[in-house]
Amino acid sequence: MSDTITARKPSQRRTLGWVLLEFLGSMNLAITLLVVVAIASIIGTVLQQNQPYPDYALKFGPFWFEAFDRLGLYDVYGAVWFIAILGFLVLSTSVCLYRQVPGMAREMVRFRTQVRLESLRGFHQRAEWWLPERAPPGVLAEVTGAFRARGYRWRIQDHGDHQVAAAMKGRYQRLGYLFTHAAVVVIGIGGLLDGNLWLKLKEWRGEIVVETRDLAARDVPPVSRLVPGAIPSFRGNIMLPEGSAASFVFLRLRDGFLVQELPFAIELKDFQVEYHATGQPKSFVSQVRIHDREHLGDQPLDATIRVNHPLIYRDYAIYQSDFGDGGSKLELRLWPLTGGRLEPVDIKGEVGGALKVAGPAGPLGLELTEFRLFNLLPEPGARPGDRKFRNFGPSVGFKARDAAGEAREYLNYMAPVQLEGRWFFVSGVRARSGAEFVYLHIPVDANNSPERFLRFNARLRDEEGLRALLARAPIPTENPDFQRDLNQVRLNLVELFIQGGFAAVTERARAVVPPDRLQEATKLYLEILRDTLAEVFIEVLRAEGVNLEQGVGEREDAFFNDALSALATLPVYGSLFYLQLTGFQQVEASGLQVTHSGAVGVVYAGFAFLIIGVFLLFYTSHRRLWAWIAAEEGGSRLVLAGAGNRRQAEFAREFAVLEASLARRLGASEPRADN
Amino acid sequence: MVVTREAMLEPWEQPAFWRRLTIWDALWTLLAAVGAIYAGWFYRAEMDGYEIAILFGGALALIVWGLYWKPARLFTLAVALLALLALWRYGTDYESRKSVFLLKYFLESQAAFMWMSALYVLATVVYFAALFSRSEFVGQTATALTWSATVLGMTGLLTRWRESYLLGADIGHIPVSNLYEVFILFALITALLYLFYEDRHRTRAMGGFALLAISGAVAFLLWYTFDREAHHIQPLIPALQSYWMKIHVPANFIGYGAFALAAMLGVAYLLRQRAETRHPDGLLAVVLPPLELLDDVMYKAIALGFAAFTIATILGALWAAEAWGGYWSWDPKETWALIVWLNYAAWLHLRLTKGWRGAPMAWWAVIGLFVTLFAFLGVNMFLSGLHSYGTL
Repeated sequence: MSDTITARKPSQRRTLGWVLLEFLGSMNLAITLLVVVAIASIIGTVLQQNQPYPDYALKFGPFWFEAFDRLGLYDVYGAVWFIAILGFLVLSTSVCLYRQVPGMAREMVRFRTQVRLESLRGFHQRAEWWLPERAPPGVLAEVTGAFRARGYRWRIQDHGDHQVAAAMKGRYQRLGYLFTHAAVVVIGIGGLLDGNLWLKLKEWRGEIVVETRDLAARDVPPVSRLVPGAIPSFRGNIMLPEGSAASFVFLRLRDGFLVQELPFAIELKDFQVEYHATGQPKSFVSQVRIHDREHLGDQPLDATIRVNHPLIYRDYAIYQSDFGDGGSKLELRLWPLTGGRLEPVDIKGEVGGALKVAGPAGPLGLELTEFRLFNLLPEPGARPGDRKFRNFGPSVGFKARDAAGEAREYLNYMAPVQLEGRWFFVSGVRARSGAEFVYLHIPVDANNSPERFLRFNARLRDEEGLRALLARAPIPTENPDFQRDLNQVRLNLVELFIQGGFAAVTERARAVVPPDRLQEATKLYLEILRDTLAEVFIEVLRAEGVNLEQGVGEREDAFFNDALSALATLPVYGSLFYLQLTGFQQVEASGLQVTHSGAVGVVYAGFAFLIIGVFLLFYTSHRRLWAWIAAEEGGSRLVLAGAGNRRQAEFAREFAVLEASLARRLGASEPRADN
Repeated sequence: MVVTREAMLEPWEQPAFWRRLTIWDALWTLLAAVGAIYAGWFYRAEMDGYEIAILFGGALALIVWGLYWKPARLFTLAVALLALLALWRYGTDYESRKSVFLLKYFLESQAAFMWMSALYVLATVVYFAALFSRSEFVGQTATALTWSATVLGMTGLLTRWRESYLLGADIGHIPVSNLYEVFILFALITALLYLFYEDRHRTRAMGGFALLAISGAVAFLLWYTFDREAHHIQPLIPALQSYWMKIHVPANFIGYGAFALAAMLGVAYLLRQRAETRHPDGLLAVVLPPLELLDDVMYKAIALGFAAFTIATILGALWAAEAWGGYWSWDPKETWALIVWLNYAAWLHLRLTKGWRGAPMAWWAVIGLFVTLFAFLGVNMFLSGLHSYGTL
């Protein structure tokens, strides 16, 4: 038995409408469209959607960026062609329904009493009896009794020379088709209504224009604003700092945004993040207050929003979707790393704000991009499987932009970090976002400050002071000329070292010394350098007031070695200054998503249809039984046959039981010719 | 012919459903209901309304399962007893797993999973041995091994559930939250589906193929455990802290398990067909399961998988509406779920309405597994999105 009803009179006129209907309702079109949808969907998963446009431009180059943009590949699921295909699928399925439903309805109610003996004998499930001692009415009664016992409904038709009892059961299986296909249509329509169809329509009619400039919400012109109810469905986002309120959300669209106004205001009272001991976040909780004069009067509504626990207010749903910094107030100390004088500058700033500071090579723009209270990171040196985490404490992220507009990104930790038993201030830098950070480890001095190291560094860059120092502490030698040369060598070595680290020193050695004496000379150079650096370091300690009568202690010695490593890293670190985070007042921000879904009920109804339909379709079976009865030679002939449209094995068993129970009443059936 | 008096008196009417139930059915129902009520009462303070609904819904499903398929009862009882034994031996100290003999070598979740892994691999070998030796006894051994592995694996999952709470009340969660845990679930569900069809169709010929898929999962699991140390119990990220996880994930894995089973039967189908055409008298053409059986079970598995996958995807959409702000976001995982769904919808359409059978459908079932595998694993590995919980 086929599910499709293809009976159509050949004489039917092929009007244009009929041809169109045939085309739209054809399985081939449906499958082609499904394949296109599947391929487009795959593109949408491989190419990350809705990223900032400059990222795409960088990735694909100008030609392909433009080509992909024209095709709408950066927002495949919102592209006109994709929505059009989905629309076509809905239409195609509707046409399929329109054409099939009348036939299905007939199948459900008709008993098919017009059946010929030969076709019954051709059924896979059949049995035949010749009953010499029984009259047809008695046989019919036995058969219908058996039908009733199995829950079948039947109709009897008298064809004169024979009677047919046609029975069926499970006709609701046919509704499975109706429910599943209607579900596709209903979900499709609901989904299209909930998508950005309305936005596209308004945009197309020129009622709205996507804002692509970086503007504050209040500066966005009315043509890019949507009043409440302007579109039935939207999903918008807002980042609210603690203590602030907003009555709008941003709708991101391609490379710009729109402002969707809300009929109420959301105030963020408090936002909290809790962490597990392993470093994973445990919960994100926003305490909000809804202000809505029209519906709440002067009594605002307080509510808690967590992940998985949105607030449903009126027809709007408010979700916890993101978090960030709401403009934490930071106190910073700017230590210069170049130049011979150490004069730190204290500055104050806010995350999200920009500062101008005087740098050695013109003014620098400081953009404070982030502040984090906790940094739960894997334990340094641990294997990935160890899953050991450590809280590295508060950090500040910022960008330093020079006059030419070139920016470097920094990540500085406030508190010293213990590594291999010693403490360091850690700062990372990178020339472009996404690159690996280069870390500078500044050893911590006795006052828990980076000052000693920075002073040491400054002394090395103060040529005058260095010259004077070397004059006071010469390497003992007889020859005053050699003494002067030696001091110049020492100065040159320090200069080389602070410009390019130890590598620059060995490089120089390779350049000026013949290969056979290279090893020896390099060793000598490094020794002289080290002695000179130690000289300067002792001077720094002395200036600090450290008692050196017992010689340099173990701690100072370790400090010296760490300081040399840090100095050697400075050329790679390549920064003009070190920015120390000295104080903060955290202001958190909660990212909320506000949605309004006009057609969610439609879609959920579609879901219910789909589940009901699928189970009817696969787990019920529309079964038919026929009994053909005729008088024959004073007795009767009974032909029993049946078919089900699903679950053939189960039906075969059911038929066998029926046959057996009839056989107990009527006697054994005739052996089948074919088995 | 002579009609006996008994036959004359035999009623036409089939007895009503409840009349056909035996005392054992009643006992089973009672036991499951009492168990659920006790658990609900004992943990009433820990559960919200949805979770209580899921508990009793689950109990109802368990009862129906046991009534519909008798071996499910013995399985449930064995798992329940072993899990309770483990809980009792654990007490309230997570570290008992290192000191108590029974836990350390047998019931602690990690130990139970190792037993499960070993037994599944062994069962695969024995099923193939049974196939070629055509020995009934070897076949029975294979079935027993598979049942044992499944009992231990399920016990391990339940024990792990408890262990997560022993680690901390705020860490505790149902163990279906990451790739490691769902791979165990996958193995167990695939095994149970296979055992069901083995029982219903009275043949063990498909066993080796079904267990091959499970052994593949076990191999991944072992690599994941020993190379990546993924077996540690991790706390849940906020997005997963929801009762939806208890129904969405298992429903999904009934789908994945059924699709995997169908694909393995597809492989068996193609092998048998090839053997029949190339060497009709060869061993393979005789011992491999008959084509009609494979075709039938393949269809049943895909229909079941499709129904479960439909429900799982809808549950996922409902959950997404609560967690992400919309029932559909075209997130890579959602999109691939749609692709998988469309793939099997097309398979079923062509079989049911166009009457396709045989090798093309078998090939399609095999390819379908790769599509499914990408949706299940590939999306997590290669694509980013909201749904990236299980990375390698």
